[in-house]
Amino acid sequence: MLSMQNISKVFTTDSVQTHALREFSLEIDEGDFVSVTGPSGSGKTTFLNIAGLLEDSTSGAYRLDGEDISGLGDKERSRLRNEKIGFIFQSFNLIPELDIFDNIDVPLRYRGLKANERRQRIEQAINTVGLGSRASHLPTQLSGGQQQRVAIARALAGEPRFLLADEPTGNLDSQMAEGVMELLEEINAAGTTIIMVTHEQFLAQRARRNIFIRDGRVSTDKSDTSLKAAASA
Amino acid sequence: MLTYYIKLGLLSIRKNPVLSALMIAAIAVGIGACMTIVTINYIMGGNPIPHKSDNLYYVQLDSWDPDEPAEEPNEPPRQVTYIDATALLAAGKASRQVVSYRTVRVVEPEVKDQLPFTANTRSTTADFFAMFDVPFLFGSGWDKAADDSLEQVAVLSRDMNEQLFGGENSVGKQVTMNGEQYRVTGVLDNWIPVPKYYDVTTGAFNDPEEIYFPFSISIANEVSGDGNTNCWKPIDDGGFSAFLNSECVWMQMWVELNSESEKTSYLSFMDAYVDSQKLLGRFPRPLNNRLSNVEEWLINQEVVDEDAQVLLGLAILFLIVCLLNTIGLLLAKIMRRAGEIGLRRALGATKGAMFSQQIVEAGIIGLSGGILGVGMTWLGLRAIERLFEGVSFIEHLVSMDWVMVLSAVILAIVSALLAALYPTWRACNIQPASQIKAQ
Ligand SMILES: Nc1ncnc2c1ncn2[C@@H]1O[C@H](COP(=O)(O)OP(=O)(O)OP(=O)(O)O)[C@@H](O)[C@H]1O
Ligand SMILES: [Mg+2]
Repeated sequence: MLSMQNISKVFTTDSVQTHALREFSLEIDEGDFVSVTGPSGSGKTTFLNIAGLLEDSTSGAYRLDGEDISGLGDKERSRLRNEKIGFIFQSFNLIPELDIFDNIDVPLRYRGLKANERRQRIEQAINTVGLGSRASHLPTQLSGGQQQRVAIARALAGEPRFLLADEPTGNLDSQMAEGVMELLEEINAAGTTIIMVTHEQFLAQRARRNIFIRDGRVSTDKSDTSLKAAASA
Repeated sequence: MLTYYIKLGLLSIRKNPVLSALMIAAIAVGIGACMTIVTINYIMGGNPIPHKSDNLYYVQLDSWDPDEPAEEPNEPPRQVTYIDATALLAAGKASRQVVSYRTVRVVEPEVKDQLPFTANTRSTTADFFAMFDVPFLFGSGWDKAADDSLEQVAVLSRDMNEQLFGGENSVGKQVTMNGEQYRVTGVLDNWIPVPKYYDVTTGAFNDPEEIYFPFSISIANEVSGDGNTNCWKPIDDGGFSAFLNSECVWMQMWVELNSESEKTSYLSFMDAYVDSQKLLGRFPRPLNNRLSNVEEWLINQEVVDEDAQVLLGLAILFLIVCLLNTIGLLLAKIMRRAGEIGLRRALGATKGAMFSQQIVEAGIIGLSGGILGVGMTWLGLRAIERLFEGVSFIEHLVSMDWVMVLSAVILAIVSALLAALYPTWRACNIQPASQIKAQ
């Protein structure tokens, strides 16, 4: 469960103020699959960064999983990011000198898990994204689609409640994009809440709920009630 | 987590080989320069006999010219006259007493085809070896009875024994100096007090003498000194015995006193002696006798001069410049890796975790710089050695010293960590979000 009330975000650079989000309010239910679309510069990434505790809002109230975020220190926020949130970025963001295994290992290290448990989780995550044989490859030895799968595996290994994806297919051709999309749908089916920013209308339509942002506000918010009903049935 | 950070540090160093090598080199050069100077300073300014330096006193009596001091402002002469040395020696008021002076003798080897050669020798009294804790390889020194009965005995340095007897135990064998035969009673082990405190008048950083023989014999054989002789009064005619009875100062006297009260009473004994000499028309100046322990004497004689301190300052400045360089390089490296840092933060690394990771990496660089710095120090000392070839205490610099190696490495690590503080602080404050977009 994720809830934003009147969130504003103002960027101030060289006395120019940019209102990236204005009085932004949104509630997202547990287990939902939400797509976020909107023109470039409308505030999608900003929304995702605030949702993922990567950035602070200028004002407004944000509750993640029932917990009030405002006033939490670096340690607490880091812990929430580490345990409850998985990120998937447009440009994969793998660490080039670490092999696939060690890349997936990164968030688990910060959680302080035992070596045994880490290995189990990593192997399971690699298998889930279908790269079982590639554990010791370096990122540069993989295709773009495969790299994005590694990034997804990295997010999955931490068993997050929320998966935040910023244009996860933006750098992929349509075939690879389809593969990634199917993977996300599987993950959502297994219970993880997904928020996905995308420019692709046909991908956005596959989500259960479609949010359209314009000028830092939610402009339209459509839910596929039939799917939702089916899901809760 | 520490092993994880070490692994990441090594990976990062391998990933930025040029930057890392520059940093390690900067630290190593700075450490090398610093430690070279420190080592030399430490040895030259060190206490040559720390466990006893408070019990050994250099004796000065002001027997000088009534019209001017031996040295400004009002210093007594640096050495003593034969008359006074023998008088104090005969009184025997200290638990040990040594009178000695340096001479040069011609040594005639027993081996047929070896030519005679000159050697630096020291004429001294029996207590010399015990007083200055001189180590023996074979045998021992001579005793007071030998002094009194004018025995022709000698002690050889290890090198001299090597040269004359091939390093064998030569105790009981004969050595010929200026045509006179001396029986060897002992051979010294390596002994290079730095500074050569027992006689700074013949060069505080010169080598110790190679042969030691009794003071009484050298006087009987009319062996004159090879060091400084200073006179304020003309010497009467009459050769060596007139010289002995002159007011010329040319020998050193040390006494061993084991407590503050012993020192006080020895000083009053000296004063009383001088007062009695005044009655004979000697000692025209006011009472100005002095006992200086080893450290006081070395300071008084300015054995460690200010140049060394200035050099040390420069070396430290040099290290600081090297560290500033390292700070710049570390900053460059961290800015280069801002993407990875931002990503790790996004994946749940706390500021503390980022700090630890960077600090461990800096520590590895410091350690490498330190080890390389020890090598640089070694090279630096070798270079100094070249510069001062033939001075044997310098030749022993390089074989020094665990303390040096350890402090070089620790200094390097501490330096690297200090240099890393600001860059690391910057790294910790890299925002998780902003950098991910930049990548
Ligand atoms: N760090 C920043 N400093 C200043 N302005 C910023 C910053 N980040 C975003 N902005 C501004 O905030 C607004 C919203 O940006 P945001 O990145 O959220 O848009 P977006 O919807 O994700 O766009 P796109 O579809 O191009 O990714 C833009 O006008 C952008 O220029
Ligand atoms: Mg964006």
